[in-house]
Amino acid sequence: MGWLNEPTTDTQISHGDRLWLYIISGFIVLLLVLPTLIVIPMSFSDSQFLEFPPQIWSLRWYTEYLNTPRWINATYVSFKVATLTMIVATPLGTMAAYGLFIFNHPISKIIFCVLITPIIVPLILIAIGTFYVFGQIGFTNTITGIVLAHSVLAIPLVMIIITSALRSYDMNQELVARSLGASRIRAFFEVTLPQIKFSIITSALLAFITSFDEVIISIFISGGQTATLTKQMFSALRDYIDPTIAAISTFMILISTMLMLGAQQIEKLGKK
Amino acid sequence: MINKKSNFAALNENSLRLDKRKEQVLSIGLSVPALLAIILIIFVPIGWLFSLSFINNVGEFSLENYQKMLEYKSYARVFVTTFKVSILSTMLCILIGYPLAYFLSQVSQRYSGFFLLAVLLPFWTSLLVRTYAWLVLLQRKGLINNFAIDMGFWELPLKLVHNLNGTLIGMVHIMLPYLVLPLYSTMKQIDKNAISAAANLGATPTQSFWLIFFPLSLPGVVAGGLIVFILCLGFYVTPVVLGGGRVIMVASQITAILENQFNWGAASALGVVLLFTTFLILVMLTRLFKLNKILFGNN
Repeated sequence: MGWLNEPTTDTQISHGDRLWLYIISGFIVLLLVLPTLIVIPMSFSDSQFLEFPPQIWSLRWYTEYLNTPRWINATYVSFKVATLTMIVATPLGTMAAYGLFIFNHPISKIIFCVLITPIIVPLILIAIGTFYVFGQIGFTNTITGIVLAHSVLAIPLVMIIITSALRSYDMNQELVARSLGASRIRAFFEVTLPQIKFSIITSALLAFITSFDEVIISIFISGGQTATLTKQMFSALRDYIDPTIAAISTFMILISTMLMLGAQQIEKLGKK
Repeated sequence: MINKKSNFAALNENSLRLDKRKEQVLSIGLSVPALLAIILIIFVPIGWLFSLSFINNVGEFSLENYQKMLEYKSYARVFVTTFKVSILSTMLCILIGYPLAYFLSQVSQRYSGFFLLAVLLPFWTSLLVRTYAWLVLLQRKGLINNFAIDMGFWELPLKLVHNLNGTLIGMVHIMLPYLVLPLYSTMKQIDKNAISAAANLGATPTQSFWLIFFPLSLPGVVAGGLIVFILCLGFYVTPVVLGGGRVIMVASQITAILENQFNWGAASALGVVLLFTTFLILVMLTRLFKLNKILFGNN
């Protein structure tokens, strides 16, 4: 236990003096992570009441999930909507971020602020607003409607990631390409794009998960055959604690963890 | 001859200007699709709600919807609950998040990467899944009550969910990363030499923390705190599920008005109030900090 007496980096305080900080922080991190993860073992219980640890292990709730058309259809809708959102939001956000970045003008700052409003406006307002307007034009309960609403939520996130990538990128490289005769578009596709591609992939993953996890807007504007997984889960939660949701939750945790680790790996690749 | 030369220069200048104009049109043009989407999906509907909020039941222009908010006790209760829950959640987030952010800013890169991942994991995990997890853990016969009774902390199952306690626990858990991440980036930027200088001048670690580090970290606390507060104000899912109908915040009141009375005017008016409150706090936030700093960390 010699490390306890060693000084931490640049002050005279030793690790031993800081032990309380390490313990408290470790505890907080556990509190952040454990409550979500504990659902995973619980989902393998055979009991109607979720137990931990499960007395009898079984796949009962997973078969229930896979055999209920309502859940399967909702899962399919969620994947479809999230994929389409990713396809719509990533290019739109990237284009806007790039355009506003190269055109350094007060107007572009204003446009940037307008474009990031969706992350500021309370979601409930977007939900009831789109519910009202989509209702008028027959867009409620359609895939198009949900994808549009989700894309608008994802565009600012894509823009923030791409803008911060462009900030650490040397734009002069594009200037060099253009002075050698490349057009602006060619310079972008052949010089800039390959260097910010990892950020674009990360932003696409974030756009996907934003749509996949979105609840409030989906509650209002999706329904029937187009009800998303989160909408179905929310309605089921309101009635009683359905153990099937534990199985679905496990599935969703798996997806988000995979996407997050994927984004993390991609970021590492980008830094190399 | 001279005349011809200046003509060339003028020609050159003209085409350069044309080129610049073309560039500008291109760059602004690139943002047009996103701009259109956001105007159609965000601005138009909210503008619509804004106008609906000034129309009463009979379809005439009036301030009735706003007057009701001042007169009816039920509205006052909703506003009080919303502010109470938001303030409490923000304070708890700061109390719990500060030590964690401090820890993250102090440990070496090797460990901070791993712990940051632990902070980011809940960030990527569905809010609904996390709320559900707390519902399961906190229920009457849930893991926490069973564990505490077995250990002898309390004898009868405590009411941990479907009330304010449950709502706060869930909301703090969900909001914590929003506080920790900006606070961590502020702390990372604090010049370590300032701490060394303080130590050099004879300050004890405790003194240099409270006199140097803590004041320098306050901007991060304020920024993170305001972000958490704004997000709490408009929160819907967690208070509905974990509050069990006993914690009614603005967002759940809006949906209740729509579901029960189908009164768009009243619901919109409440939404407009929520939007303006959020906006006001945001203006405060951008007065205190540059937008760039909030979004991208440094510069």
